[in-house]
Amino acid sequence: MALPIYASPAERVWYYAFRFICAMIFLFLIAPILIVIPLSFNAEPYFTFTEKMLSFDPTGYSMRWYDLLLTHPNLPTDVPRDSSWWAMVWKDAAWVNAAKNSVIVGFFATILATFLGTLAALGLSRPEMPYRRAIMAILISPMIVPVIIITLGLFFFYSSIEVNKWGVPYLGVIMAHATLGIPFVIITVTATLSGFDHSLTRASASLGASPSTTFFKVIMPLITPGMVSGALFAFVTSFDEVVVVLFVGANDEQTIPRQMWNGIREAISPAILSVATILVIVSISLLATVELLRRRSERLRGVTPH
Amino acid sequence: MADVSASGPILLTTADGRPLKEALARAQGQAKRRAFMLVLPLLLFIVITFLWPIAQVLHQSAYNPKFSDNMPKIGAWFAANPIGTEPDEAAYAALAEDLKAAAAAKTVAVAGERVNYEMPGTRSLFTAGGRKAKTLEPPFKEAVLAMDAKWGDPALWGVMRQVSSAYTTDFYLAAVDLERDPDGAIVQVPENERVYVNLFLRTFAMSAAITVICLILGFPVAFLLSVLPMRYSNLLMILVLLPFWTSLLVRTTAWMVLLQGQGVVNSLLVWAGILSDDGRLEMINNLTGTVIAMTHILLPFMILPLYSVMRPIPPSYVRAARSLGATSWTAFRRVYLPQTIPGIGAGGLLVFILSVGYYITPALVGGASGQLISNLIAFHVNKSNNWSLAAALATILLAAIMLLYWLYDKLVGIDKLKLG
Repeated sequence: MALPIYASPAERVWYYAFRFICAMIFLFLIAPILIVIPLSFNAEPYFTFTEKMLSFDPTGYSMRWYDLLLTHPNLPTDVPRDSSWWAMVWKDAAWVNAAKNSVIVGFFATILATFLGTLAALGLSRPEMPYRRAIMAILISPMIVPVIIITLGLFFFYSSIEVNKWGVPYLGVIMAHATLGIPFVIITVTATLSGFDHSLTRASASLGASPSTTFFKVIMPLITPGMVSGALFAFVTSFDEVVVVLFVGANDEQTIPRQMWNGIREAISPAILSVATILVIVSISLLATVELLRRRSERLRGVTPH
Repeated sequence: MADVSASGPILLTTADGRPLKEALARAQGQAKRRAFMLVLPLLLFIVITFLWPIAQVLHQSAYNPKFSDNMPKIGAWFAANPIGTEPDEAAYAALAEDLKAAAAAKTVAVAGERVNYEMPGTRSLFTAGGRKAKTLEPPFKEAVLAMDAKWGDPALWGVMRQVSSAYTTDFYLAAVDLERDPDGAIVQVPENERVYVNLFLRTFAMSAAITVICLILGFPVAFLLSVLPMRYSNLLMILVLLPFWTSLLVRTTAWMVLLQGQGVVNSLLVWAGILSDDGRLEMINNLTGTVIAMTHILLPFMILPLYSVMRPIPPSYVRAARSLGATSWTAFRRVYLPQTIPGIGAGGLLVFILSVGYYITPALVGGASGQLISNLIAFHVNKSNNWSLAAALATILLAAIMLLYWLYDKLVGIDKLKLG
């Protein structure tokens, strides 16, 4: 949108004012996320920039809050950091265990959501699918219904079937997280399939391919980008989910968000900011992956960005 | 092949002699079943982990057997005698036997809790009654009243009659600040106990405010993104998508850090001389903090639908309007804005629906004045242990959201939902 030559002076002023307003809104969007990164290196336990930080004095910065993530009240602090120390950290440090739990729950929830969601999206995008709209509305609704209501339902349901006594760790949380992730998988995979040329499958069949060959050699490569970005959405949903874990998770099922939640409610320390920084870096890399996949998918399907 | 020269309707058949119509119906039926079989596993999964739990919420909201299961004899007496019957010796005998049985089964506190929901302060009456129930001897009326004269209170008997049936609408009444008086008529609760209607109103008003702020902030950004060349707008889009992908807790934490009394925003304002050092603004743990943080969190949900509607609008329409003599404001208002209505509707409904049910952000930065209905549902599950009231509040919220969701599906179409 270049400024046209016939623009009046008022329009010229508005043109630059508009850009300034937009820049401010972008700042509003992005600044809170970026501000936690430098603050997490604060040497003092404050949430604001100290004099030393502002004058870029190296002593104003430290890694102490990152170091705190690796420690535990029961771990000795004065031992040399050799392999046995790292083994102890891996086994006992609260944040490390929370990270392990988050990854386990996220992994299984993602597998479940992606498998079931992709299968359903394949059915839903067929033109002959009966009650398509109604079923789609039901399958998307876990995204719309407030998570507190879903959690309340699961709380009643799990306590009636006593899922915590089944001996399968994380089962209840994994099923709940898969449910929350499914709408994302459905939306992304059906979007990939929306431009899908059904004559490709017929062509493949007419050339003698069995249905399974057609699926793996023709359909799969085309829907993989949508599937992977749906899976990433599902993983992020699970990785970020706190309400379900708080209400239906067993006491030892501490995940990163739950640990953060407890940390924020009790005494917020800059250690939370160092976790936040790590999570921001994780989300930047996930966003980059999804963006690359989207471009690849558009290239494969021959859809040019408009 | 059918004989073309023959008279009468021509029956088309397939190569193996079956009527074509039947064969086609069969093939289509098969294709339908095949498509449905692909969706079936997920549908079953959703029924188990989503629809059935929601059904349990609905059930719990109208069903509470805490009293009726543990005090069956008094329930039978209520069933046999109409409202207004003075409790006689038989009634007190039933009460005494129920108290004895419940005390033996250690459930008398549970039954008392149910009565306590309707009539605060009665839980201790029941637990004390349970402890002394063993010593009760006929005549029961005198014995029970000697234990505690409060047992003779007609209001208590009215409440006990009310809770003696497991299926009840009491919790819905409580959820909209109503109650039953001893005669069974529905009245408003005393003014100082009215909580829920105001909270619902506050939740909806706050969501509406957040939606409007998101629209005001999102519209210019979406417009800019839609008119810039693709390579610039893709770059700027990252600034919208990064918050979208960042953990909710991270964003809430970031706002807590920014808005605190000693936080970055206040320090900046003090440094710039706008505020004095002891005049720092209170922006966290209140309504302001909740609105700011939630606006930030939900803004991408407004920008993305707006952008996807604005991008395909050809710029030539506005240029045509200008060349026909419209001022730039008229061209915007009469030509451009009407074309963006679908995006405004989609984004607005999405933001509103999401903010009505928000829990995490209000719980962390809401303080006392920024609590929403979700926080009270959580309170009743965790703290006050009144699951049925939580379920009734959740059902009312769910009904409101389903209505909006249905509206969204009608206006926008649920299959038009796009992410990024």
